[in-house]
Amino acid sequence: MSKFKKKKKGMPAVNTASLPDIVFMLLFFFMVTTTMRETSLQIEAPRLPSATEIKKLEHKSLVSTIYVGKAKDEKYGTAYNRIQLNDKIATPEDVPSFILRAREEVSEGEIPFMTTSIKADKESSVGTITDIRIKLRDVNALKLSYSTQTGADN
Amino acid sequence: MARRETPEINAGSMADIAFLLLIFFLVTTTMNVDSGISKKLSEKPPPDYKPPIIKEKNIFEVNINRNNELLVEDNRMELSELKEAAIKFIDNGGGDGKPGEDGTPGAPCDYCEGERSPSSSDHPNKAIISVQSDRGTDYGTYIEVQNELLKAYTVLRNRLCQQRYKITYSELEKRYKDSRGTEKDDLKKKVEDIKTSFPQIISDAEPTS
Repeated sequence: MSKFKKKKKGMPAVNTASLPDIVFMLLFFFMVTTTMRETSLQIEAPRLPSATEIKKLEHKSLVSTIYVGKAKDEKYGTAYNRIQLNDKIATPEDVPSFILRAREEVSEGEIPFMTTSIKADKESSVGTITDIRIKLRDVNALKLSYSTQTGADN
Repeated sequence: MARRETPEINAGSMADIAFLLLIFFLVTTTMNVDSGISKKLSEKPPPDYKPPIIKEKNIFEVNINRNNELLVEDNRMELSELKEAAIKFIDNGGGDGKPGEDGTPGAPCDYCEGERSPSSSDHPNKAIISVQSDRGTDYGTYIEVQNELLKAYTVLRNRLCQQRYKITYSELEKRYKDSRGTEKDDLKKKVEDIKTSFPQIISDAEPTS
């Protein structure tokens, strides 16, 4: 009888020694998946316009992004019309070579599916966007996406 | 001196520290999916290309000036009215549509519910929306205009889809994406049907300087 009584001492505490391990595992997962932006922005992060009729961009490897906005470096002026390709501030004339270089990285069959995403600031002027568009058309990069935020539906 | 055993470091708060870091990364991780208004640019025309002659009434002209004001069909307009005006224009159905590729003559629009005014567009597949913007126009305004015009198409497509297949177009598209096999082919036909009934024809004119 006394043997049974012993058990009534109270519930043994759940062993939490492995809790840090679990948490660390999760932590590492998120550390690894967090992408800290592949290209460092030379322009101020563009304030994207918002829209409702948007489509998601799929196949990230087929998307090349062009940033348009205000340069961080003041020598480029304060207008919201600087273009950034890869890591550099560029001009519309550099757009074709940027696209051609992006094309080298994918297989030939995928080229028609390549999309150019323009991330431009709300206050950029349409003229800059048009310059880019004309250059894109010159190199037959016809799929274009104007990157926006998801706006409220009204 | 008596040698004391080093006390074990209390690792009980380790979990707390790890949790703190975990929550930090949870919050900062943005699984951001890039999304936006997609556009297909027209191909570069050959040098001797002559643009086809399009009747004035089949063009819905939207002008945006450098002060971000709208001029629609020669009238000033607020952005909020643009959608209605565009719907009215596309849905007019005042005449015959484009002849088919096999030479069949164009038929009048039998799903349009517009006024059928002879001075507005003939058929949704002939109705062209032309957006002309100034070089100095704000990109934000330009996108808003594009968005309103796309909304007009969405409204019309949803309406037609509701009538024909008892489902909204957005729902239909979603189902098409998730479907497999024969169902996919069936849904594809429906999507194409709606798409060709109300094709999005938004053209960007070269901006004025």
